[in-house]
Amino acid sequence: MLKCSLDKIQNLFAEISKSAKLYLPVDGKDGGASYGEWSEGVEWSGALNTTKSPKDFFFPQTEDLMAFKTAGKSIEIIDTRSESEDFVVFGVRACDAKSFDILDRVFLSEPQDSFYAMKRKHGIIVTAACTKPSETCFCQTFGIDPASPAGDISTWKTADALYLQANTEKGTALLEKLGAILEECSDDAVNAQKEKTAAIMQKLPLKDLNTDDFGGGKTQELFNNPAWDELSQSCLGCGTCTFVCPTCQCYDIKDFNTGNGVIRYRCWDSCMYSEFTRMAHGNNRLTQKERFRQRFMHKLVYYPENNDGLFSCVGCGRCLAKCPISMNIVKVMKKIGGNKGE
Amino acid sequence: MQKITREQLIEKASELLANGTVSCVLGWGAGEFGYDVTPTVFKTAEEMKTGFVFSDFCGANFSKYLVAKTQKTEGKILVFLKPCDTYSFNQLLTEHRFDREKVYAVGIPCEGMADISKIKAICGEGISSITAEGDTFIVTTLYDDEPIAIEASAVLAERCVNCKSKKHVAYDELMGEDGDVLDSGRFDEVARLEAMTPDERFAFWQNELSRCIRCNACRDACPACTCEKCVFDNPKSGVENKSPANSFEEKLFHIIRAFHVAGRCTDCGECSRVCPQNIPLHLLNRKFIKDINEFYGDYQAGAEVGSRAPLVNYTTADLEPGEVFNREG
Amino acid sequence: MNNANETLIPKIGVITDVRIDTPDIKTFRVVTTDGKKAFDHKPGQCAMLSIPGVGEAMFSITSSPTNTEYMEFSIKKCGCVTEWLHQAEAGQQITIRGPYGNPFPVDDVFAGKNLLFIAGGVGLAPLRSVINYCRHYRDRYGDIDIVYGSRSKADLLDYKEIIEEWSADAGVRVHLTIDNAQPDWDGHVGFVPNYVKELGFDTNKTAILCGPPIMIKFTLEGLIGLGFDKTQVYTTLELRMKCGVGKCGRCNVGAKYVCKDGPVFRCDELEELPNEY
Repeated sequence: MLKCSLDKIQNLFAEISKSAKLYLPVDGKDGGASYGEWSEGVEWSGALNTTKSPKDFFFPQTEDLMAFKTAGKSIEIIDTRSESEDFVVFGVRACDAKSFDILDRVFLSEPQDSFYAMKRKHGIIVTAACTKPSETCFCQTFGIDPASPAGDISTWKTADALYLQANTEKGTALLEKLGAILEECSDDAVNAQKEKTAAIMQKLPLKDLNTDDFGGGKTQELFNNPAWDELSQSCLGCGTCTFVCPTCQCYDIKDFNTGNGVIRYRCWDSCMYSEFTRMAHGNNRLTQKERFRQRFMHKLVYYPENNDGLFSCVGCGRCLAKCPISMNIVKVMKKIGGNKGE
Repeated sequence: MQKITREQLIEKASELLANGTVSCVLGWGAGEFGYDVTPTVFKTAEEMKTGFVFSDFCGANFSKYLVAKTQKTEGKILVFLKPCDTYSFNQLLTEHRFDREKVYAVGIPCEGMADISKIKAICGEGISSITAEGDTFIVTTLYDDEPIAIEASAVLAERCVNCKSKKHVAYDELMGEDGDVLDSGRFDEVARLEAMTPDERFAFWQNELSRCIRCNACRDACPACTCEKCVFDNPKSGVENKSPANSFEEKLFHIIRAFHVAGRCTDCGECSRVCPQNIPLHLLNRKFIKDINEFYGDYQAGAEVGSRAPLVNYTTADLEPGEVFNREG
Repeated sequence: MNNANETLIPKIGVITDVRIDTPDIKTFRVVTTDGKKAFDHKPGQCAMLSIPGVGEAMFSITSSPTNTEYMEFSIKKCGCVTEWLHQAEAGQQITIRGPYGNPFPVDDVFAGKNLLFIAGGVGLAPLRSVINYCRHYRDRYGDIDIVYGSRSKADLLDYKEIIEEWSADAGVRVHLTIDNAQPDWDGHVGFVPNYVKELGFDTNKTAILCGPPIMIKFTLEGLIGLGFDKTQVYTTLELRMKCGVGKCGRCNVGAKYVCKDGPVFRCDELEELPNEY
């Protein structure tokens, strides 16, 4: 275990940013936190979580895939990919760190998505343990320990110091570069913090929410549950839940005519949107109920069925906080699963 | 603190369900934490007793739901309307968006709704309970040994800070006492933006709108946005987009939407309430309202059913485009 | 980096021939810029075709894998991309990527079996690849019956090939039908599902269905009525697709992605999926 005294944390950030771009949660004027690039004087937000998840770093909301030049009947394809530089995403919570595993199984499975893979290769994840989870947190439902976050490097912030531990080769290499600022120390402070957080986890209102009623092979049992009608009755069909979600990964591919050629880009898409599945000859999900059901069945049944039982939710609570009508995966799990979580 | 209680509303609804006036109730459904309220249709008094809630977190404007719900429901729907909701209600009727005969509207007084994010800005995360006592919220959290007392006025939702009216402009029945149209000062912030130089103003909106994630929550919650198929959802429109292709497009979405609802927006504030990125979208609409007031005389959309909005009502006294162009701001 | 393989980045294809098949279906012959076939495929697989600025869409490959020179796509005019393609002339470049999806099990399950192909309208397009593959390796399969129907005689796809080539093959029987009687038609008149029942096939066959959803539904019921088991019937699905490789999250039916796990499904497999296709 290594540590850096908190009064030197700006030195630490400066040292990291010598070798790689450093991004960390910063407070916005609007009261929400978001990831921003560190430069001298930029402070690390104390917020529990950013409004948008860090999935943007690897799967940006919009991303150019290629460009085309057309002339008469001919087309030229321009590969616009370029080698990314190393970058560090600092302050990632345990839930969000887990979301990368979920996204990896989609984008890194064959055939690998080179756009995502390149950014994963160059991104170094530095996580930060939670000490004050919110009432909306339910990461433990998915087996995540917020006091022991994964990532290339895990960190724990106490009243006076930041404790760091490398988990991967990438993480070790980065810590080696920071040698002068860090000092060796015992695990005691971190262990004490872990114990304290574990006690708080037992007080969270959603602590007993479990996944017993969900998972692969439950399609027939859950798809026709009459409760979908009631749960979806007020859904606005907006994409808020999808876009703040760290694990939602559906995308659209679109062409944009710049007036000087065509750019083909991809952007986040939402299964909640009415034309998500619309084709020239019809739409297989015509009602909001069907679209709403798809989102939750995907996270709780279809994804685990295809991914060794891993659920496509990390319990970060963003959808609980941001849905305009306060409908969310917790309410769905309690109703559909008959699981009161109490 | 709300003057009307959950129990009074349940009693009223039970009575109207029992005597057959209405077949269902559009109300607020209880959530997990006391503040996460979901618009819900209740069919029986028993359902209401277990699931209905009325508290300082019942901000959602139900008027827009009537467009879809009146088409699907047999009999009348009971809807509880706060004063500001009644303006949206009237505006939708003006636009013939639902059948008035299928609705039984009960006006209820509103003392202003609370914004949970403002409460959390004071108490932090980890709220275990919020109770209202007089003009104070008593909040307990997982991290504080003592309850925290917060003045309700300090955590009012943004739209309620500048409440434009405590008067109900539509109802079949009113519970409690009706209030007055207020001198809200709601255009002060717009005036501040108008006083900026064009570059400053551009920078302000650039910064605000750059956070937009195109979730469309503002549009989907907006009672003035009731097109069956929005142009932004239509692949054939050429502007359909889930996320902006460039930074210019994200501004266009909000500006076009503001133009589309100009003269019809009642300033209910749902757009800003639902924005996950806290973009003050209502200021765009307020700018239009302020301009309309200044150009054509005071006009409040939804104040009465069937009013001709100045923008769709030509008169020879209308100002000339040149006069608008020459004006600054 | 630029040499790295990326499935979303297509190749350039050239349309070398456009054949007008029916009033709303054209067949496009496509090769790469050096005149070769873009890639190898198996019967029932699909490819993503696009026109920059217009869009990209998934099409079944109509030509047989045994054709080593080019690929063909029979495309009905019904949306943005298809409308644009219908205006295209020979020499037009497009983009092409693939192959995508699971093919029909022509080399194992179908081997040695009697085959019954049933198609409606443009639904013959994906089956043509299988039919011509089976005709090419004729000795690997038993009898082949083809029931094909469309709205009118003019709407029958590949009519010339059906009459001149398929009908001439030994052990291949073609049964054509059109929805309504017309003067120059002395064949069968009526809908495909009814015709299948009238023909009353023996159940010693593997059936392969493709057509509009309503045709598939009633034809399947008809086959069950004749004593077929759902494990003997294969079909192919079509849903909106963007990536073609099971990542964009659009074409799933339950836990299955049509682009990756389909488009070919055995009917008993479909039964286990939610009714959302």
